This record gives sequence, C-alpha cells and structure tokens, in this order.
Amino acid sequence: MTGSDRSHELLAIADRVIAMARSDEQVEAYVGRSLSTDVRIYEGEVEHFVSAQTEGIGIRVIRDGRTGTSSCGSLDASEIAEVLAEARDNLGYGEPDEWAGMAVPDGVSVTPQTLWNDALESTSTARKIELAKMLERLTLERDSRVRVDDANYSDAFSESAVATTTGIRVAGRENGCYLSVGTLADDGDETQTGFGFAVGRNVDDLDLEKAAADAVDRATRLLGATKPDSRRLTVVLDPFVTAQFLGIIGGTLSGESVVKGRSLFADRIGENVATPLLTLVDDPTNALAYTATDIDGEGLAARRNVLIEDGVLKMFVQSSYSARRMGMTPTGNGVRGGYGGSPSSGCLALQIVPGNRSQVELIAGVDDGILIQQVQGLHSGVNPVSGDFSTGAAGILIKNGTLGAPVREFTIASTLQRMLQDIAEVGGDLEWLPMRATGVSLVIHDVTMSGA
Amino acid sequence: MIDNDILERVLATALKTGADFAEIFASDWRGTGVGLDDGRIEQLSTGRSRGAGIRVIKGDTTGFAHTADLSEAGLQAAARAAAEAASRGTGRIHVAALTAQPERIVSPVEIDPSSIGKAQKVELLRRVDEAARSTGGAIAQVSAGYSDGRTRVLIANSTGLLAHDERVRTLLRVSAVANGDTGMQTGFDSVGHTMGFEMFDKVHVEDIARTAAQRALTKLKARPAPSGSLPVVIKAGSGGVLFHEACGHGLEADLVAKGASVYKGKVGDLVASPLVTLVDDGTMTHEWGAIAIDDEGHPTQYNTLIENGVLTDYMWDYLRSRNEGRAPSGNGRRQSYQDLPMVRMTNTYVLNGSEEPEDIIKDTAHGVYVAHLGGGSVNTATGDFVFGMTEAYLIENGEITEPLREGNLIGNGPQVLRDIDRLGNDFAMGNPGTCGKDGQGVPVGDGQPTLRVKSLTIGGTAS
Repeated sequence: MTGSDRSHELLAIADRVIAMARSDEQVEAYVGRSLSTDVRIYEGEVEHFVSAQTEGIGIRVIRDGRTGTSSCGSLDASEIAEVLAEARDNLGYGEPDEWAGMAVPDGVSVTPQTLWNDALESTSTARKIELAKMLERLTLERDSRVRVDDANYSDAFSESAVATTTGIRVAGRENGCYLSVGTLADDGDETQTGFGFAVGRNVDDLDLEKAAADAVDRATRLLGATKPDSRRLTVVLDPFVTAQFLGIIGGTLSGESVVKGRSLFADRIGENVATPLLTLVDDPTNALAYTATDIDGEGLAARRNVLIEDGVLKMFVQSSYSARRMGMTPTGNGVRGGYGGSPSSGCLALQIVPGNRSQVELIAGVDDGILIQQVQGLHSGVNPVSGDFSTGAAGILIKNGTLGAPVREFTIASTLQRMLQDIAEVGGDLEWLPMRATGVSLVIHDVTMSGA
Repeated sequence: MIDNDILERVLATALKTGADFAEIFASDWRGTGVGLDDGRIEQLSTGRSRGAGIRVIKGDTTGFAHTADLSEAGLQAAARAAAEAASRGTGRIHVAALTAQPERIVSPVEIDPSSIGKAQKVELLRRVDEAARSTGGAIAQVSAGYSDGRTRVLIANSTGLLAHDERVRTLLRVSAVANGDTGMQTGFDSVGHTMGFEMFDKVHVEDIARTAAQRALTKLKARPAPSGSLPVVIKAGSGGVLFHEACGHGLEADLVAKGASVYKGKVGDLVASPLVTLVDDGTMTHEWGAIAIDDEGHPTQYNTLIENGVLTDYMWDYLRSRNEGRAPSGNGRRQSYQDLPMVRMTNTYVLNGSEEPEDIIKDTAHGVYVAHLGGGSVNTATGDFVFGMTEAYLIENGEITEPLREGNLIGNGPQVLRDIDRLGNDFAMGNPGTCGKDGQGVPVGDGQPTLRVKSLTIGGTAS
C-alpha cells in the first residue's frame, strides 16, 4: 500500500463480483485492506513491533427479500467465487423481509476532506520508534513518582471499496496515527494509574507534551485517594469520560435500535430529551475526528447530522435498511465491523457542540461536586435499553470551586434520560481521541455517588 | 496445513537477523453464524479466515508480522518482516529440528457442527423465539444468535516444538426485552461449550430462552438497587467473574513483571480468606475456556493459583517463563494469527466449600443476593474492579425478597478476597465469557460455589 491510491484495485475486485449477479438478485461486495503498525516501548527499548496487513471480502446477496452473507480473509479469485456461492446458499435459510435491500445512490455528494496524508506513509520506522521513546522519556521526566507501563505508537492505513447491483460504486481510503502512554504512580504501598493520548493524521500533528502531562497528572493526582461517603452531588466529567458516555448515547439514537423496539428515545422526535444547552452532532466530515470518513459502510456519502439540537431530538441515524423500514431517508450511517460484518445503523463521529469555558472555569462554579477522571465497567454498567447506568469511578472532590481530595472505589449512577436533562454546562475544551466520539467537559447535577 | 520442511526453512529465515527465538502460529478458522431478531431469521453467514503470524524474539524485543498467504513465499515474506522488526534487539541464535508433540485431546467432539445442515441451526433459533415470547405477555422483543466455529491450529518454533490442535466451539445466546409501566427491561442468557453440535442434546434451548425472558420480566417489578456498602451473596455459577477480575488478571505474569499488579511479590502470602482455593484449568473438558495446548504449543494444565488463601503461583506464557527460567503454565493465548500471544486465563474457578447455600442466605440479615452477573473489568495496578449485576434481589431478615434493577458492584480485589466469609458446597460453572486484554478477546470460563462477601459497594440510585 505505497504511493498512489490503490483503492481502485479493490473496486475492480468488487466490480467483478457484481458482474456475476443474476437478474433476480441484488449483490453487494465490500472489499477492505488495511496495514497497521504498532510499536510498544518499555524502559527505553522496543518491547514489540507489530506490522499487520489484512484484507478480505464480504458478499451479501438478497433475493425475494431473503439475505445471505459470507466472507473470506483473502482476495484470491477462486476463493471469492466460493464466497459468492456460499452467500447464495445461505440466503435460502433467511426469512423474507420486505425491507431488505442494498443502499441506492441518493445524490448526496462526498464532502471534500483530507483523510490521507502521504507524509505519514513515508514516515520511517525509526521515527515511529523514536516518537514512542520520546513520549516515554517526556512522561518520566515530569515526575519522579511516575513509572511508564508502556508507551505506544500506532498507525493504520485503510482502503475500502463497495459496489452493488443497485448502482453504488465507490472507493476510499484514510490513514492516521496516535501515541498513547500508560502510567503508574507510586507512593509507598499505593499505586495509581493514568494515561494520555495524542491523535493526528500525521506524526507532526501529535502533541507529545500534552499526552505526557495528562498521563502524569491523571496518575499522580489520585495518590492518597480514599473511598467517599454515599450522596448526591454535581459531577464534572473529564472529556475522555464524556466521550465514553457519548458512545452509549449514540447507540440509543440508531434507527435499527428504534425499529426493533430497543431505543429509549423511540417516538420522541421533536421532544426535549436533553437540556437546551446540548447540541449533539454526528460529524464524520471533520478530518480532525479520528474516525472521519468519506463514505459509510454501504457506500453512501458520510455527512454531518444534527441528532439533538438545543435539547430537542431531531433524528435517528439510519442505514439504508432502517431508513426503508422507518419510511425515512438514509443518513449515511451504515457501519460495518470490517469486511466480514453486515452493515447496520450507527454513529460515525459523535461530538457535542462545545461551550466556551475551560474545565478550570467549570470547576470554579461548583460548590460541592466531583471531577470524574476515569470510569470503569461502563460496558457492564449501562443498560442502553432501560437507560439505567452505574459505573465504577475515580476522581477529585470539588469544594467551593477548587479541586480537593482524590477519591476512588465508588460508583456514579443515574439514568441516561435524567443525565441528559441534568447537564448544567458544556465546556469549551474539545478533545480529539482515538475513538468514535470526541471529548468535552460536562457539568451534570444530581448524580448518585455510592461509596462507603 | 504447512509441510515440515517449509516450516523449518521459514523459521531459519526468521532467525537470520540474529534472533534467539522464532515461532510460526498458523490457523484456519471456518464458522457459521445465524441471527434472529424481531421475530425473523435475519441472515445466515459463513466465513473463513486463515493465515499465519510469525514472531521473532531478540533479547527483550519482539517482532511480529502476519500473512493470509500460507504459501512458502507468503510465509517467507512475513518471516523477513518479523525478523527485521526484531533486529533492534540484541540476541543470539538457536535452531533445533522440529519434533511433533503427541496429539492431545481435551474436549472430544462427537458431532462436527459443519456436518449439520444449516436448516437445523436455524430451527434452534425459531424454538428460542417461541419459548422466550411464551414466557410472558410483556416480552416485546427477542434476539438470539447461534454460532459455531472450528479452528485448526499449527505451532512450530525454533526450539523444535511442533504442535497441532483442533478447537470446536458452539454457542447460543438469547436476549429479551420486556415492556411494562416502568419502561423497558432486558434479560440475557447464553450457553457455550468447547464441543460440537451434541451440545444441543445436553441443553434445551427453551430453558436458555425462558431464563433470558424471565430475567427481563422480573426486572419490570424491580426497585432501584441500593447505594452503599452491604453484604453480598453470590449464587453458584454466577460470580466466577468476580475472581476473574478481583485477582485473575493480577496473577498474569506479564502484568506482575511490569509491576502493574497488586499481587507482585506476594507468592507465599495470605492474600485471600483461607476458605478460597482458586484454580485456572485449561484442561476442563468441554468448558468454554478449554484448550488442549495453548497458542504457543504448550499443553494446558490445572494450575492452583491460591490455596487455602495463600498465593501459590502466577500464570505464565513462554516469554515470561523464559525470563524467569521456569516452565510455562499453558497460559499463552491469542485472539487469532493476527495477534501476539499474552498471558491469559482459561477456566478460572473457586473450589467448593462446605456450607449449604440456604444457610448462607439465612444468616444474612440485610444484603443483596446476586443471581447473575454481567461483564466486569479491573485496574490490576490498584486492584479496583467493577462488575454489573444483571439479576439481583434484596435479602431481608435472611430471606430473598424483592428484585433489584441493574447496577454495578465495585470493590478492591485484595480486600474482597479477604472479605469472603462464607463458601457453599454447590459449585457450578457460569456462562461462557470473552475476556478482553490489550484489544484481544479470548474465550474463557469461570465458576464458583455460592459465597458471601462481607461488604461490597453497590452502585444503585436508591438512597
């Protein structure tokens, strides 16, 4: 995957599959290829260097409303023929679904953005290793109480192509890189942990100083943490924590969750589901987002969608299937988990429209509260259907507008519905992260903290 | 999968930059998955993935590359890439002739799932849908999934090890949504074993479906979970994840070696209540985490980690055991040929105690009874862990009373191990699990008898 754009080779493979379609069937071929590097540094040495290349094809065939799929981790022509035959055979076992179908071109054009950086491609292995070593060094230099668990450099170059008998025919590619560092801070018998990230499309975009500072601050300021008493109070979510919650809220705004009776926001379009301070967008057209993309998993143009505007629920994100079933138009939100997965509706790059004030200013306005620095077990502690959540957490108590004692081994709990209404302020501190959501500080009233 | 002479030539290439260890891990996976949702069989999918990962170790540096091309040319290219990646370390050369390990079967397969017609697999899900919906009128939605997979594995390394394994796993999962005045509630259950399609002769899919549906229905009547610290009784077979998180991860030698575990330097110390004997056992026939050999070719074992409360050993992979000059424990595992192996658990469980489970409940004046736990996670450096209660009840005056809504339980591993004050005699294994570490998921099992923890923090919303 060097030099010029080779995603058209993938499109040619997809084209050949489509050409084999019979007149009574719809066929979709999704072809993907990716190359990634992972470098891990420990105590100044390369602990591991992983160079990974994967490629594969997923084929979907629909006939008489029945869908069959098959995939293979190879682009060998004879294997592809077998994958198509398998998908055809598999559809015989599905039940007819009147809404089954592929995406059709919807006339929305691709938003121009730069998702591929040639400079990243020509970055030498030595430089990648040096960056991770430098991050480890910068982190250690900041505080003698800190050890580095690992410092990592990762990059990914991915290309994909989709073609269907319904007229979709697109290819695209993107690349990006990030650094991460995990820290351990020791004080006597006690150890606390922290982490920091730097994300970019090019190695020159990576802010090593911030990643090191975050990793050191997060670990050291928890030293001496105790278990707090149980009570209700105001919480300030750190940007990384907000991003984790957004991932879950995004799932409830998926058209597929709605049509299958699994969304707590079904039938609430046009209602105030959140404080008027909240505007939530899914915007894969902003290249600063790590998961920005030109096209969705079904080959439609990715686009900026406003999901909640001034607290009012405006729309759900749709794949072509969920849109057809709800009588809506697709929103360019078909997502698939690699070449082997089938597309379903989902958010691509969530972001809360930021406010103006820094986290320090937000904290200054809180009399009795807590800054939540990390949450643990969010995946097991949130029920996206009922909205109940309860998560382990660690953070710093806030007293009269200033940070005080660190606390850990407690949970915070509420419901997603209440939390959205109880947001009192959105910070101005947008933070780009290597995940599907962007971070920003949030102030939320009346959250239950359970400790001793 | 690959001829021995090709394996030897590829290993020689991998050692060319002066490395001291080289390994080929090749696998060929074929699987079938069917999903049912919204009353409809959605689609049947089949897949195949095969390839090889080549690992080269030189001094403290590991180089790794993988390829989907199992021809000699493809393997040689990956070997050169891995050797190049490892060449930054300082190492020495070892080469040995490949000697095949005797074949070892831990989980014999009676019925290869690929020999079963697709229609028969689809039929299981129709039965699930019907059974779940007939459990109660409030059941509004059912989704279910069936999957099976067969993975053939070949491992060869420069110490002369040559090993093969074949792993067949079959899984059924059911999730139900109940709709009532209090909103929507969900229930889940699953069954999975390292065995073939004969699993469905031993378990009734209707039972799994009804359990999932009943969990959702029960929660419609549930009140918010309490908030604060209380005694918690955990039903047999539902709380193995407690040990997986509270201490299992902290006993993985890679984390211990980096000083990222609260259990570092504690071998021989009393780290748990003397009631607790904890085992990690890859040889437990047909359990979800069972494997005959680990993903580095070493036979799995019954490893005692904690005996009567005393820490006896950690879990080991090749790299960490080599550094310590000891034998590996069969715990080197990886998600696929695209991943580096790490120290991982297999089936982790607590051995039986002596008490009747009813007595444990009867002796608890006020607390929480947990009948099913969801996933969890742990910070191994602090020992702080979390897991979700997905079916729980209040205990009042020694009796199980009202159902509780979902909430997380949190605790600190070393503290909770010491706080186990009652242990039942009703050992059971739990649901099949997927353990995540460093981005890789591997199948694991867990189990325990009914037990009581003197005090755990319950993260509910009730005041």
